[in-house]
Parts: sequence; C-alpha cells; structure tokens
Amino acid sequence: MATITAPADAATRPQTRTPFSQSKLSTPVLGALGIVGFILVWELASRFSLVNPTYLPPFTEVFATVIEVVAGEQYRAQFWTALGNTMLGWSVGLVIALVAGVVCGVIIGSNRWVREFTHSTIEFLRPIPSVGLIPIAVVIFGVRPAATIAIVVWACFWVILIHVVYGVTDVDPVADSTARSYGLGYLARARYVVWPTVLPYLMTGVRLSGTIALVVAVTIEIVVQAPGIGQMIAQYQSAGNAPVVYALALLAGVLGLVINLALRRLEEAVLGWHPSVRAEVIS
Amino acid sequence: MTTRSIGMRLVYALALPVLIIAVWWVATLNETNPFVPKPGQIVSDFFGSWFGPLLVQQVLPSLYRLGVGLISAIVVGVVLGVVVGSSRVARKLTGPLFEFIRAVPPPVLLPVLLLVIGIDDRSKIFLIFLGCLWPILLNTIDGVRGVDQVLADTTRTYGVTGWQKLRRFVLPASLPRIMTGIRLALPIAIILMVVSEMYAAIDGLGYQIMLFKQIFQIGPMWAGIVIIGLIGIVLAWIFRVIERRVLAWYFGQREVETSER
Repeated sequence: MATITAPADAATRPQTRTPFSQSKLSTPVLGALGIVGFILVWELASRFSLVNPTYLPPFTEVFATVIEVVAGEQYRAQFWTALGNTMLGWSVGLVIALVAGVVCGVIIGSNRWVREFTHSTIEFLRPIPSVGLIPIAVVIFGVRPAATIAIVVWACFWVILIHVVYGVTDVDPVADSTARSYGLGYLARARYVVWPTVLPYLMTGVRLSGTIALVVAVTIEIVVQAPGIGQMIAQYQSAGNAPVVYALALLAGVLGLVINLALRRLEEAVLGWHPSVRAEVIS
Repeated sequence: MTTRSIGMRLVYALALPVLIIAVWWVATLNETNPFVPKPGQIVSDFFGSWFGPLLVQQVLPSLYRLGVGLISAIVVGVVLGVVVGSSRVARKLTGPLFEFIRAVPPPVLLPVLLLVIGIDDRSKIFLIFLGCLWPILLNTIDGVRGVDQVLADTTRTYGVTGWQKLRRFVLPASLPRIMTGIRLALPIAIILMVVSEMYAAIDGLGYQIMLFKQIFQIGPMWAGIVIIGLIGIVLAWIFRVIERRVLAWYFGQREVETSER
C-alpha cells in the first residue's frame, strides 16, 4: 500500500505548494474571468430591468451594434470618416506639439538664465485647462479640424516641453565636461550627450500626450460638434439611439487602448538600449 | 542660488510676464477687431461682468460639483485601491478590465451618463467622479503592491494586523503613489467640469462662457476663460501645499538618498 501512495503524494505536493493565484496561467485566466463577470453583470442588469433597458441596452445588443458600426451598411461610411477626422486632429496636433515642445524645451533647458526667466510664465500657463480655450479656438478657427488641432497642440505642448526641459537639465555634467575636453563640437555634444539623456523623458512625454490628445480631440468634437467620433456620439445621443452610443463609447475605448499599446511599443523600440527597459526584460 | 536676494528673484519671476503683457497691450492698442481681446478690457470685464451675482450663481455650482466629484473619487479610489491592491487574486481579476476602462476617454461617457442619469447635477458629479477615479485607483493599486517587502515582513512578524497595519504601514507606504494619482486627476476634474457644463447644463462656468460666446460678448468670454485658468492654478497650488505637508518625510528621504549617490 505504502509504495502506491508514496509517488502519488510526491506528485501532488508541488501543486499544493504553489497556489493557483501564483501560477503563470492565472494571469490570463483571472483577467478573462473579470471581464466575463463585468459583461455578465451588465447583461443581467439590463435583461432584468435593474436599469432601464432603453438607456442601458444589454451587452449582446451593444456588441452586435459594434460589429454593425464597424462593418455594416448603415453606419460604416460615417464611422470610418469620423475615425479618420479624429485621427487627423490627433496626429497633426501631436506632431506640431512635439516639434514645438522639443525646440522650445532644448532652448529653455540648455541655458540656466533662460530657464529662470521663463519659469514663472510656464508655471502660470501650464495648469490652464485646455478646454477653457475651446470657445477661443472656435471663434478664431470656426468649427473646423483646425480648432481641434489648435487645442490638441496646446494640451500636449506643455507636457512635452516640461519633459524635455527636465531631460536637458538632467544631462550628466561629468559626461558633458568629458565630451568638451575631447573636443566635441556643439552639434556632436547635442547628438551624443544631450540626446540620449533627453530621449527617455521625451518618450514619457509623448506617451502621456498621446492619451491626452485623444481625450482632448474627442472632447472638442462632443462639445462644439467638430467632425469626428465625438460628434457622432453626440449626434446619436440626441437621436436617442442608445446602442450606437454605447457601441461608439466601446470603440473609443479600443482606440485609446490601441494608441496606448502602440506608443508603449514605440517607447520600448526607441529605448531598447536604456537601462530601465533592459532591466524590465531581465526581471 | 541661495545667495541671491529676494528682490532679484522677484525680477526674474516677473520680467517675462510683464514683458508679454506690455507687448500685448501695445499690439492691440489700435485694434478695432472685436474678436481680438485687449488686456485692459479683460480686467475691466472681469470685474464688470463676473464680479458680483454671476460669481455666486455660475461659479459656485461649478466648484461644488468639482469638489464633490473629486473628493468622492479620492475616497472610493483609495479604499478600492487598497482592497484590490492587497489581494493578488483581485488584482489579476480586475487587471485587463481596468486597463480597458481607463483607455476610454472620459468625455465619451458624458452622452452615456446623460442617457442614464439625466441632465441635472448628479450626472456631472458622477462624470467628474468617474473620470478622476481611474488615475487614483490605478496608482493606489500600484502603490499598495509596491510596498517595501522588508517592512511588510517586519509588520507581519510583529503581529501588526488589521486597522493598525493599514493606518501605520500600508497607507503611508503607498501615499506617494496616491498623491501622484490625485495630481493626475486634478486637470481631468477641471476639464470634465467645464465640458459637462458646455455640453448640457442650465448653470455653471462653462455654460456661462458658451452663452457669452453665442451672444458675441467676447470680452466677458475671455474673462471667463481667465477664471478657469485661475481655478486650475489655485487648485495646483493648494495641491502642492498639501503634498509638501503630507509627504514631507518622503521628500526628505529622497533627498538623503540622492545626496548619498
């Protein structure tokens, strides 16, 4: 008897030692379980009229609408045009903010005198919420993509500027002096000393800006009816078409997720050499 | 840096703003285009049309919504964050779900909430609450998860559990991350406050600014935008004072650590 139970005992022991929550498999399984649970609560709350189903349609219905919006005859053209408009404002605004932020940041950061001179102004202008400028942008540019771009630029410019200024200030003085004594010129020092120091800060700024730009772009579209996803949501809300509103909200979330992941990928690709990224890969 | 007198520092701080306003003033001196604002006019409109009953009628409701939404987001975010953060199972259960919900731009929820709740105060407060909840909640979870392992073992060895452990160890240890979450939530709160009022409201700062815009009262509109800016600046300043107080030990510790290097 003992010879039979012994190997069985040995086989079960490692399993009892590591609980399920610490095994490798648990992360995707529990994560999926959480999402399924959320969907189930949504579905049941609507089906059993805990929330008025007119205002909160069941998940299955919303999901069917998502597919219809993306691929169906009725909404497809409108949705992809709206998405294109939103992404246009997002990308153009982000690029302008990036260029302006890097140029201004390097100028301000590399000179102590300029930095002290501009500090109070930056600290004053930076917390001004971008949405406050919506009426101004509409008055100046009208309800056109230019208004969206202008506000996206304002919102992202400060984030990138601050990160670049921090980055430039963070340059190791020893490395800078070493480069100087080896006779590196201004451009060479910018390329080999300043740039590698600034890059991690800049990428953090870009990642934050990507999310902010999307929020700001959608906000403007909702509030002033500039063409884009936000406008489409507002339009279907006033038409009382709840499933489409929820479908678009879900799609906006997917868009945010995709942008997030893409920028994180970009950061990892650009900063592959950086210790912080390499440490993450090892651990 | 320390040897410089207060006077010099004041000159440094004020030189550029004064310069900008002076240039602005001169450039718009002979401007007749009503859409181009003049600095003198903004100040006079600020006191002329906003100061008085408008401040009570339109700005106070906005601040009330902002305060209630933000504080409830802090309370719920920290409590939920501590609960989720201390359990590995709860963390894994909610991980992908929170990641997705966080990615939804909060203003998208505005039309949805108007459908479910209606156009009154509650939908606006709830929107601010929802928008601010995620940065605070996710940062609290990270903070609770990232507590010092040696300290965690020490508290367990000494039998510190329950409320005492939470009060003396978990909360202080995760406070830097909680404060980071609140700092991220502040601009979101202001954005959502103004946006919800611009979109559908019967009173509030955003509503009044849009009204001024529609009746081409450009001066008062600019003055209203200045008020939004001032709220943002004051809020950021209040936050910095509180942060300095509650995290004094943390800043001090970090200073020591960086000076040792």
